[in-house]
Amino acid sequence: MKKRKLIESIIHGIFLILGLVTVGCVLLITIYLVVSGLPAIKEIGLFNFLFGKEWASTAENPKYGILPFILTSVYGTCGAILLGVPIGFFTAIYIAKVASKKIKTLVSGAVNLLAGIPSVVYGLVGMLVLVPGIRKLFNIPDGSGLLSAIIVLAVMILPSIIKVSLTALEAVPKEYEDGSLALGATATETYFHISVPAAKSGIAASIVLGVGRAIGEAMAVMMVSGNAPNMPSLFESVRFLTTAVASEMSYSNGLQRQALFSIALVLFLFIMLINTILNLFLKKNKETTK
Amino acid sequence: MKRKIYNDLLKILMVLATIITCSIVLFLVIYVMAKGLPNITWELLSTKPSILNNTIGILPDILNTLYIVIATIIIVLPLGVGAAIYLTEYAKNKKIVSIIEFASETLSGIPSIIYGLVGMLFFCEFLGFKTSLIAGALTLVIMNLPTIMRTTQESLKTVPQNYREGAFGLGAGKWHVIRTVVLPGCVDGIVSGCILSIGRILGESAALLFTAGIAHTLNDIINGLSNSGATLAVALYIYAKERGEFGIAFAIAAILLIMTFLINLSASLAGKFLKKRKNI
Repeated sequence: MKKRKLIESIIHGIFLILGLVTVGCVLLITIYLVVSGLPAIKEIGLFNFLFGKEWASTAENPKYGILPFILTSVYGTCGAILLGVPIGFFTAIYIAKVASKKIKTLVSGAVNLLAGIPSVVYGLVGMLVLVPGIRKLFNIPDGSGLLSAIIVLAVMILPSIIKVSLTALEAVPKEYEDGSLALGATATETYFHISVPAAKSGIAASIVLGVGRAIGEAMAVMMVSGNAPNMPSLFESVRFLTTAVASEMSYSNGLQRQALFSIALVLFLFIMLINTILNLFLKKNKETTK
Repeated sequence: MKRKIYNDLLKILMVLATIITCSIVLFLVIYVMAKGLPNITWELLSTKPSILNNTIGILPDILNTLYIVIATIIIVLPLGVGAAIYLTEYAKNKKIVSIIEFASETLSGIPSIIYGLVGMLFFCEFLGFKTSLIAGALTLVIMNLPTIMRTTQESLKTVPQNYREGAFGLGAGKWHVIRTVVLPGCVDGIVSGCILSIGRILGESAALLFTAGIAHTLNDIINGLSNSGATLAVALYIYAKERGEFGIAFAIAAILLIMTFLINLSASLAGKFLKKRKNI
């Protein structure tokens, strides 16, 4: 009997350790980013690093200002949200409330496929369709730049927005809608004035999730944004926080390499902020649909 | 009158948005297939790249992808399932549970480029694995841990409480109950977690670029894991961005798209199975 108890507590301990692996991983990532990211910031100076307008890491007098990357990431994300959210929002309402069962399965299947397509495939199609298209349409020398990146990101965040909004809209109690219909509102009015407000924290969560996806995407953006460290403008070649890390990592050394880790740290802080907001909305959503 | 216009406008917007979404998907699928399928030849699939003959083959990339999927799943399964079991069966301390759940949510929000960077620092440099498939696989283990944990946990919650109580009542110990009653009941959750993870591994590139590398050499699984190697998604990026071989890139894209489709299909089948069992 004593032996059995001992075995049980050993097994309990093993499972506890397995459970704590995730916590360990988060700590590992955080500590590594902070430890490897801080030295360069110290050397360059926090203000010069965050608000320096010029990035010239391989020049004789290297300059490490990442303001162009930060602004590009922020503008790119805002653009993708402006473009992607309306399309995703209306599609989600259509699938959740209007569509027949057959259309619903079909469209949800399409959205799931969109969610599963690897980011390099988006990048490839963007590179060969979007970039030449923009070049011809606006008659500019090179189509790769912020606009192409925004369009690619908008498509990539669509599935997250549609799926999370859909779940929230479907969780709205049917009684709310029936009440509105009984009072004489049309079906469409009911969806937009009753269902949407009832699902608003879920929809907000979907937007924040989209922000997180857009700001963290690297490969697809790398293939269509041109990758020159300019201040952001729609038709010029730009570099994001993510692509700044990816594009120089393979040949960097010394302070340049450390500065790349500092960029990753800045990106990480952005993501943690977004995650905190996301969890706030998700918690609220759970409470309202209970 | 105004009300009718308002109603119609909203209806039109909804239909329009849905049409836009669907046509994006259709366009992507048709375009990639049209450009990619003609380039898939037996020679491409069954050879390695040769500078002498100036030919390109993606067999090494296919094998690398397979190796990395196998290695990742083998390592992540016990970790993820174990963590899920701890959370649903053992944990009594609410604080520990909320810390673990917070950690898993944080992990699922971190972008893959950051995984790649930390994976490079920790596995390749600190632990001395160099740029190798195993370093890539370990990086992907951390990435996929939350997925396996979540699906297993969801499935564990559907195992009826009275099964456990029945087993305890017959005098079984906790570990015995988990092994014989709880685990068999959550197999479908584990399977659907695996399917989702495989999908993510197939499409991953940013996290693998600096951890698993970009080599195209032919290896068996033992040698393969300790050497650098590109997976299909990474190879696509290299061929498209750095070599300008768009035909090859599209062929790989078509293969990846077909895999995505199959994975979605099997995931929805697994989901249906889970739902059916829930209703019993």
